[in-house]
Amino acid sequence: MLKFDDQILGDAYCRHFERGPDDDTMVINMGPQHPSTHGVLRVVCELDGEYIKRAEPVLGYIHRMHEKMGETKTYWQFLPNMGRVDYLHAMGWAHTYVMAVEKLGGIEVPERAEYIRVIMTEMNRISSHLLWWGAYLLDLGAFTPIMYAFADREIMLDIMQDPTGSRLTYCYHRFGGVLKDLSPAVLESIRDWVKYQRERWPMYKDLVTDNVILRGRVENIGVIDKDMAIRYGATGPVARGSGINYDCRKNEPYSVYDRFDFDVPVHQEGDAFARYLVRVEEMEQSLRIIEQALDQIDKAEGKHIVKKAPKPTYKAPAGEVYMATEGARGKIGIHVASDGSKTPYRIKLRAPGYCNLSLFAELATGTILADAVSILGSIDLVIPEIDR
Amino acid sequence: MKERKKLTFWETVKRQWSLVVGLKVTGKNYIKPQITTHYPRQTVDNISTFKGHVQLVGKPKQPDVAKCICCMLCVTSCPSSCIKVVKMKPPKEDPIPEAAAPKDMPDAAQPAKQAPPKAKAPKTPVKWTLDFNLCSLCGTCVEVCPVKSIEYSNDSYLAGYSRKDFEYDLLADLKERAAKMPAPAPKKAPKAVEKETAEQAEA
Repeated sequence: MLKFDDQILGDAYCRHFERGPDDDTMVINMGPQHPSTHGVLRVVCELDGEYIKRAEPVLGYIHRMHEKMGETKTYWQFLPNMGRVDYLHAMGWAHTYVMAVEKLGGIEVPERAEYIRVIMTEMNRISSHLLWWGAYLLDLGAFTPIMYAFADREIMLDIMQDPTGSRLTYCYHRFGGVLKDLSPAVLESIRDWVKYQRERWPMYKDLVTDNVILRGRVENIGVIDKDMAIRYGATGPVARGSGINYDCRKNEPYSVYDRFDFDVPVHQEGDAFARYLVRVEEMEQSLRIIEQALDQIDKAEGKHIVKKAPKPTYKAPAGEVYMATEGARGKIGIHVASDGSKTPYRIKLRAPGYCNLSLFAELATGTILADAVSILGSIDLVIPEIDR
Repeated sequence: MKERKKLTFWETVKRQWSLVVGLKVTGKNYIKPQITTHYPRQTVDNISTFKGHVQLVGKPKQPDVAKCICCMLCVTSCPSSCIKVVKMKPPKEDPIPEAAAPKDMPDAAQPAKQAPPKAKAPKTPVKWTLDFNLCSLCGTCVEVCPVKSIEYSNDSYLAGYSRKDFEYDLLADLKERAAKMPAPAPKKAPKAVEKETAEQAEA
């Protein structure tokens, strides 16, 4: 029998599910193909009736060794991988990676490119949250919201397709800038979309947020207190829903985030509904950031989007660097160690979903199976990011 | 298990009312026109900005010949190794012709044999294939191409029965596209010639 620390459940993923002779429990597998596991997560649950005695996430069904791949590919060649790590917030990951390499090599980024990066990353954050909003409610049994979320997201994707050329796994950031400039027509369409999206929030609130069925499913469910969130290293909306006022964009400003006026939504309750509210409010704040960036972009120095692009065979100077940014799911961290060759010596990715998922085993213990679904959804998991 | 708290009458009414408000939203959306696209009867119109698979660009005067100079930058920069380019081989060297000098001449007096200059390999691809099954759509090949010989296609409605259907021979594809292109407009005669012809016609 393996021994494990009772304080931190869910860390020992290979614990045995051995039943005693008198146990009247049942072991079931939720996933890896279950729709509520948002990808290929397998959760082994030990049930006593409908109550969960033990729940353990099992990873490894989509592992593609991104970190190892980083050591075999050049800095340029590793760039499209970022869109595959977290396919819903590809821009956030690419932004972190290019910033890490720029920091390592001292590559200068034009001011206009910084604004473009911020606009696109924030739009991607909203599209990620919108999809979460729809998918979470789908988990809880409501089908209509996902259709509305997709309809709104579609408008945003059409706008983002113009400069990036893709609709999901964007490869838009470049070392020292971005791929393509935002034309005045695109900037204008973003302005129109911001106005449109603002008008949609009341509808979202009427349809879902105030709904008694949703409240019944998420209020006082999966309560994470502040200490627990810190103990497991939770970040992003999960931590902010537990009263931790931490946002990389505010606390460790990067890019041009220090030039914008926005609030960090924080809720003290720590339940699934608090996490829901944090994400919904975050979308509104992202719109504020986009609006301010649109106002400031024309005043940015120069019209360059890339000042001096490094070659595909770029050799970063020897050294190591760590870059952290705020992704849609929490703190994205990338550590790059270089030995001065064309390929990185070592790349380590810190995925926010991984730490947030480790909370699940403790949260789910003692709840009913239906609540486990609403807890799992409220953490907002993207399995490729966790499994890398 | 959480305990249910007892609700007052007005709290119950308020909670029930939230369902009516939600239904109102659904009702409003129900009578709105449909926004879905009925593929394949309808297709979307924003394909021009879509980054499809890459295709070769022809020379302006010879649209069926690729601009590619076989520099292999696209091959080296590709993260998925999905591009294969084969360069045309240099022409075979002719054997060195026998010296015209008489045979009885001493060797020292014979003119020195000069090797002819090596023929340079033409910068033309004979094979340019893309395995679209592997492509990660990063667009690096298009960016690094020094002669702008690669561009994105707008081919987005892809379907096939096997993986081989997505292994494209882009040179053949370029020739096919060039054959379908409309014939170039006849060149306008220079002004001087025009005048002469006009004068001749008058005479």
